[in-house]
Amino acid sequence: MSPQSLARWGSRTRHDLRLLRNEPLLGVGVAAIFALLLLFIAYPLVRVFLVSFFPDGVPTFRLYREFLGSWFIQQAFLNSVVMGILTALGGCLVGFLFAFTLTRTDIPCKSFLTVAAILPVISPPFVSALSIILLFGNNGLITHQILGFQEFAIYGMRGLLLAQVFTFFPVAYLTLRGVLESLGGTLEDAAMNLGATRWRAFTRVTLPLCLPGIASALLVLFIESIADFGNPLILGGSGFPVLSVQVYLQVTGMFDLAGGAALAVILLVPSVLAFLAQRYWVARKQYVTVTGKPTRAVLKVVSPAMQWVLFGTCMAVALFVLLFYATILVGAFSRAWGVDHSITLRNFRYVFGVGAQAITDTLIIAVTSSPLAGLLGMAIAFLVMRRRFPGRRTLEFVSILNFAVPGTVIGIGYILAFNQKPLLLTGTATILIANFLFRYIPVGIQSGMAGLRQIDPAIEEAATNLGASTQTTFRRITLPLLVPAFFSGLVFSFVRAMTAISAAIFLVSADWNLMTVQILSQTEAGRLGAAAAFSVLLILIVLVAIGLIRLVLGQLFDYRYQATFG
Amino acid sequence: MSVILESITKTFDDPHRAGGRVTAVDGVSLEVHEGELVTLLGPSGCGKTTALRMIAGFEMPTAGRILIDGTDVSTLPPHARNTAMVFQSYAIFPHLTVAQNVAFGLEMRGLGKAEIASRVGAVLELVELAGLQHRSPEQLSGGQQQRVALARAIVTEPRVLLFDEPLSNLDAKLREQMRSEVRRLQRRLNITSVYVTHDQAEAMALSDRIVVMESGRVQQVAEPFEIYAHPTNRFVADFIGRVNFLEGRVVDATGGTAGVDVRGHRLEVPLRDATIRPGEPVTLVVRPETIRLAPAATAGSAAFRGAIRRAVYLGATVEYELDWEGTTILAVNGSPLEHGVLAEGAITAFDFPPATAHLLPATAIRTA
Repeated sequence: MSPQSLARWGSRTRHDLRLLRNEPLLGVGVAAIFALLLLFIAYPLVRVFLVSFFPDGVPTFRLYREFLGSWFIQQAFLNSVVMGILTALGGCLVGFLFAFTLTRTDIPCKSFLTVAAILPVISPPFVSALSIILLFGNNGLITHQILGFQEFAIYGMRGLLLAQVFTFFPVAYLTLRGVLESLGGTLEDAAMNLGATRWRAFTRVTLPLCLPGIASALLVLFIESIADFGNPLILGGSGFPVLSVQVYLQVTGMFDLAGGAALAVILLVPSVLAFLAQRYWVARKQYVTVTGKPTRAVLKVVSPAMQWVLFGTCMAVALFVLLFYATILVGAFSRAWGVDHSITLRNFRYVFGVGAQAITDTLIIAVTSSPLAGLLGMAIAFLVMRRRFPGRRTLEFVSILNFAVPGTVIGIGYILAFNQKPLLLTGTATILIANFLFRYIPVGIQSGMAGLRQIDPAIEEAATNLGASTQTTFRRITLPLLVPAFFSGLVFSFVRAMTAISAAIFLVSADWNLMTVQILSQTEAGRLGAAAAFSVLLILIVLVAIGLIRLVLGQLFDYRYQATFG
Repeated sequence: MSVILESITKTFDDPHRAGGRVTAVDGVSLEVHEGELVTLLGPSGCGKTTALRMIAGFEMPTAGRILIDGTDVSTLPPHARNTAMVFQSYAIFPHLTVAQNVAFGLEMRGLGKAEIASRVGAVLELVELAGLQHRSPEQLSGGQQQRVALARAIVTEPRVLLFDEPLSNLDAKLREQMRSEVRRLQRRLNITSVYVTHDQAEAMALSDRIVVMESGRVQQVAEPFEIYAHPTNRFVADFIGRVNFLEGRVVDATGGTAGVDVRGHRLEVPLRDATIRPGEPVTLVVRPETIRLAPAATAGSAAFRGAIRRAVYLGATVEYELDWEGTTILAVNGSPLEHGVLAEGAITAFDFPPATAHLLPATAIRTA
């Protein structure tokens, strides 16, 4: 930094501080949000680093030397990275297939395909793992019952890849659908008008324009896959160790927090690199410009024959997704999967008996954390986009940092950071709520920022101009206009609070337990029926909750606006 | 209520520019008197909107002070200034009805329900929107949205009313109609107003005084007549209306008149600038509509001769481009139905009443 630019930075900061002095409440709000983000996002990460470098109170690389020299950890690291790459490629392929087919062809059953492509988003991330075991496992419906295999090696890389692709392709689908929609069809029309064949229009225009979006989706899927915990724990087995699971086993199996922390730091490296690449390199290359006016869907870019090929492929994937959920449903009502398929409510009696506490705990925590996450997300988006204060960029960065940090790393961080007075939170509901709240605000922030980009800043200026303070403007003008973004932020954080496991598994206790942890332990214990029943219940709760959130927001805010613009 | 700008300056960071800084407003001083409507006029990027936004409090001056009614408001946040703005995009709250939009500012001031209702009703009457109070904004036409924006601003009885190119989104006919409407309301309510526009006709029609700005600086502050008749520099002369610049030299100066030599023709031109002395080069500002063509041009000493290069018939007027010894002269003649249209290629005499010309020192490119 040159002295000149340093001086400029200084004068700008002084200027921004002067602005804050005039609106003390804004200053207090910003300071409070900063303090919370530092405490619940930055501080736990710092603790993970510190513990891994100071396991015995003196600085040492002992743990890293140990782990990086161990062939088993090397293998786990390699497995994680390879699985990340394969999942990213597979997930993007399926995601692009769905996005392209749904935006560029005129095929029947579009709404069914759309539902199939987003259903995995709202279910626990290891539902596919559970279904895969029910279908292809040692006692699997297809492998054992139908095909008659005695031993079928679904555990390991193949099964895990299948599970992860099915779990994460919706993320790629949503990203790429947005890209393809905003590209519109005019460019493809222009290419064909200039003499390009359909195939050339696709390879020379559509695909190159989608590349930044595809790169972005690849990196996001890579991060998700590396961080995934439930699927590899169930399907990986000892033959295919991955790092996220090793972190957990190091802590819970060997009671070695410092070792777990060191492994967590190793796991963090590829995630953070991919995150930085996504954010500072790929995101800048997006061609997409939001014009606000969607161009008419153009359906001439795919030949009729190709259209049916695409339809068939999407349909096959969608039916597979459906099969997974049907399997869970049937499994939940079966007396003993693979042995006795007569219908029973036994599994649900078990769930509502032994598991009742986990159900109420999960609901309490999700219902508490998601409105807070939704509101905080909108507030941060508003502050970052519309107000000037020192550290604005830092605030944005810290608040979305957690996206790059695998849940297991956050779990260890929380145990390390909040296990002694005055910050003794381990074993309480607060630690679970805080975890979900700060882990899932990035999505709310991102959708809030996207929403704000669509709203003319003059509308909020008009409110302040007419005498509304920052907080009144936010409450009376911004928030009602952001209802669609607020809705998706709320739904996302609620769904994740209901379904996430990787960080939460470190934080549950005898007093506060979660359904996802129950599903996992039932699966591990071989009680697949109970696990399936828990899953069915969880998905039902999520669906009901989404409906309720929609209803409540509709009551709270005037929906005339939403109906016409949303 | 008066508004005083004391040499306000605003610089922004601009990463795309060498040096990284751009000065949007550069030492602007101005006093807007009670009940006056002053227009900030200039090309885009001249700093007029930034100046307006500083009065509203959306931007803070890098240097200088802003006083409203004698109190320094430079550091007050926008919501504490009581300066209502009418936005270019109207900025109607899309989730509120017409009445709720108008009531917003009154609610912020903590007025009672009954008073809000009566004041909203009255102002909607005033802007001729009575009966539409329960409409939502998307059900309104552009002109009606404009009226809502206006009603929402004036209902709060602000100390200063600010207009940010409020009519630029309307079509030409509606724009003229709203122009007189705005003026009527502003006069009737006697609200001190600052109005930003790049449309000179709008500025001429509306303003008590016009501030012509360029590159962040004030070029001239004067009443509309003065701005057009007696611009202080070439920029103002060129920006307001259309203009011919003729180069000449002062021969002698007596009283209020200068004898100016223009290519061998002697013209007696009013002299307003005392700094212009005999022997100095000057620029004559000659408006196209003052130029008379033969046969109207007198065959006297001041008659020039030129060839008609182009004649554009516009119905009410004809625009001629004359070639006068290598210099292009623009002439606008009225009532072609009466005078006919001269043919392209014809040679014609032309002149202008010297009393309508305005003298600029030849150095007065602009006061930059």
